[in-house]
Amino acid sequence: MKLTGAKALVKSLEEEGVEILFGIPGGVMLPVFDALNDSKIRKILTRHEQGAAHAADGYARVTGRVGVCMATSGPGATNLVTGIANSYMDSIPMVAITGQVATNLIGTDAFQEADTTGITMPIVKHNYLIKDPADIADVVQEAFYIARTGRPGPVLIDLPVDVSRGELEYRRREQPLLRGYKPTIKGHKKQIRMAARAILESRSPVIYVGGGVINSGASLELKKLAEGNKIFVTHTLMGKGAFPESHRLSLGMLGMHGTRCSNYAICETDLIVAVGARFDDRITGKLSEFAPKATVVHIDIDPAEISKNVRAHIPIVGDCKQVLRELNLAIKEMSAEVASPDRREWSTLVLDWKKKYPLIYDKGSGLKPQYVVEKIYEVTKGNAIVCTEVGQNQMWAAQFYRMEKPRRFVSSGGLGTMGFGFPASIGAQLGCPKDLVFDIAGDGSFQMTMQEMATAVLEGTPVKVAILNNGYLGMVRQWQQLFYDRTYACTCLQREQNSPDFVALAEAFGAKGIRVEDPDMVEAAIVEAIEADCPVLMDFRVEPEENVYPMVAPGAPLYDMIGDMLYPVEKIHPEKAEEPFL
Amino acid sequence: MKHTLSVLVENKPGVLARVAELFARRGFNIESLAVGTTEKPDISRMTIVVDVEEHSLEQVRKQLHKLINVIEISDLDPDSSVARELVLAKIKVDAENRSEVIEIADIFRGNIIDVSRESIIVEVTGNASKLRAFEDLLKPYGIRELVRTGKVALPRGK
Repeated sequence: MKLTGAKALVKSLEEEGVEILFGIPGGVMLPVFDALNDSKIRKILTRHEQGAAHAADGYARVTGRVGVCMATSGPGATNLVTGIANSYMDSIPMVAITGQVATNLIGTDAFQEADTTGITMPIVKHNYLIKDPADIADVVQEAFYIARTGRPGPVLIDLPVDVSRGELEYRRREQPLLRGYKPTIKGHKKQIRMAARAILESRSPVIYVGGGVINSGASLELKKLAEGNKIFVTHTLMGKGAFPESHRLSLGMLGMHGTRCSNYAICETDLIVAVGARFDDRITGKLSEFAPKATVVHIDIDPAEISKNVRAHIPIVGDCKQVLRELNLAIKEMSAEVASPDRREWSTLVLDWKKKYPLIYDKGSGLKPQYVVEKIYEVTKGNAIVCTEVGQNQMWAAQFYRMEKPRRFVSSGGLGTMGFGFPASIGAQLGCPKDLVFDIAGDGSFQMTMQEMATAVLEGTPVKVAILNNGYLGMVRQWQQLFYDRTYACTCLQREQNSPDFVALAEAFGAKGIRVEDPDMVEAAIVEAIEADCPVLMDFRVEPEENVYPMVAPGAPLYDMIGDMLYPVEKIHPEKAEEPFL
Repeated sequence: MKHTLSVLVENKPGVLARVAELFARRGFNIESLAVGTTEKPDISRMTIVVDVEEHSLEQVRKQLHKLINVIEISDLDPDSSVARELVLAKIKVDAENRSEVIEIADIFRGNIIDVSRESIIVEVTGNASKLRAFEDLLKPYGIRELVRTGKVALPRGK
């Protein structure tokens, strides 16, 4: 069957089961969008390419499918870059397709030419520049295969306009042909038995889970491991929802803004079972004092993560779900022959920390951001999909919106991309049309991608944006308060007048705007937002100088937590913050 | 410590850029890199010399493995592999010392591949220490220009 390159691309996308894509056309993408016009694939026209990438990312996180975004050459492609880097850092499956100038113009600094494959090389799992129309079907097939298998990640396809105009005989391979790509799925038997023994012999074990558990769909196996052996579970931001947070064994999040009980448990444990997590600096704090007493079992599909930051004593490379299943079996087999020590002392200790140090805040005067998040949790009964922006809003959402299920919490973890949450919420809503989707936002973050409100209105995605509006780039301001003598250099977003007026802004877009200044009005506003069948922007005018606590100062060890109610702010010693970095 | 990595890669455009970019991004230094086709036209071999500690070497190997176009990586043990490098050196000579330089080149089994009134170009192959010795001996005459291919290596036997 003879097809044009553009038609072959669309056909290949359909064969991959793509139902929706996000993007913006442009000169060199005209053939592709023309071909797409006849396709059943739903096209979501965003207002900025960054929005398209984040929406595809949000869609991928909640559905587990590969997100697809498209942009034209040059600025279209460079605008995608932040979104691609974001999904790379969080291991989210995505295929980004960019237009390119005609092959005979490549390298001539032609109009809207950029070296897209060169620019994106460090932030993709793989990328392609197609020079022959005959390669299109194979490349698309390989791209989707690479994006969703192994450790997932973004793959970019750069498509010159003459290639999409060219002709080819369409045929599709049974299997992609990738000689150098064979992810390890099954864990090593001997290593798994060693891990099983270590777990049985441990006096004070902790399971530390990351996004890998969600990517591999290993929540059931994880629950079995934790419950079957009565092991406490702490999670990273990316691992939120992998294990039910209301569970007696859940300690909540660990790290910089984690719970005291999580961080104390890590400091005292004799065995860390790390599952699909990568010991990021926001998790470990001061590396040399991280988990000093612990043997480390590290389960990860990416061998390069093993012993990258923290030495793994028992590494197991493989898919989390498969490895955990085998680990549970091995424990069952070995439990008769290995004597387990008494763990009662450890349980008492950890449960005591959990009781003594809950996440708290001063409910005193004014409207507290934590209170807003708590109310959203209450009203939605914990059943909403929650997207977040980045900064204080993100940490409060992580702390106060408990998640019971995976793929419900959508947040930019590794890259920390402000402006991610809102477009991601549109993608999430399109992926889960029946669910209630919230974006817990800050006024700073929201302003980075707020033009997507037009997309949300026109595409009929009734996302509920709750802006915790403190008039600051709040997290940076918090660091300035704590480590830079309260010099608020360039973090204040508002002056004599408040700009923008978010309610008027929402209305200008055709969405609904609600302003809330009084704590007593919070609940009614949330209910009103949920009842509206359009996008809603809630402008919560919260306490401007509220901080996220507890906090491990950058470079400090995990036990050195500052600033929750037991330790008033005045007691914080800025000199404790070694190697401050942002 | 220096390690010689022999890396088989798919012979596709941009592979060298991917490898070079990976080293740069992860902060590993490349001492030398030589690349060329193998007996199979669709596969190239890169011989990369890196100067890293054991832990970093592990990271280099694992990160390289993540590149889709990388097929196989081996860390060549100097005892069970052979390695060669080629040097072209343009040496300043005059009528008086030309024969001396040619004699030195002979000792190193070098070839004279260009002769002019003021200089000659010598080609020498060997391992790193031989080439260093060769260079040291010729320095007093004046090395005008010098180029080396970087190390290429193969494991011995089968």
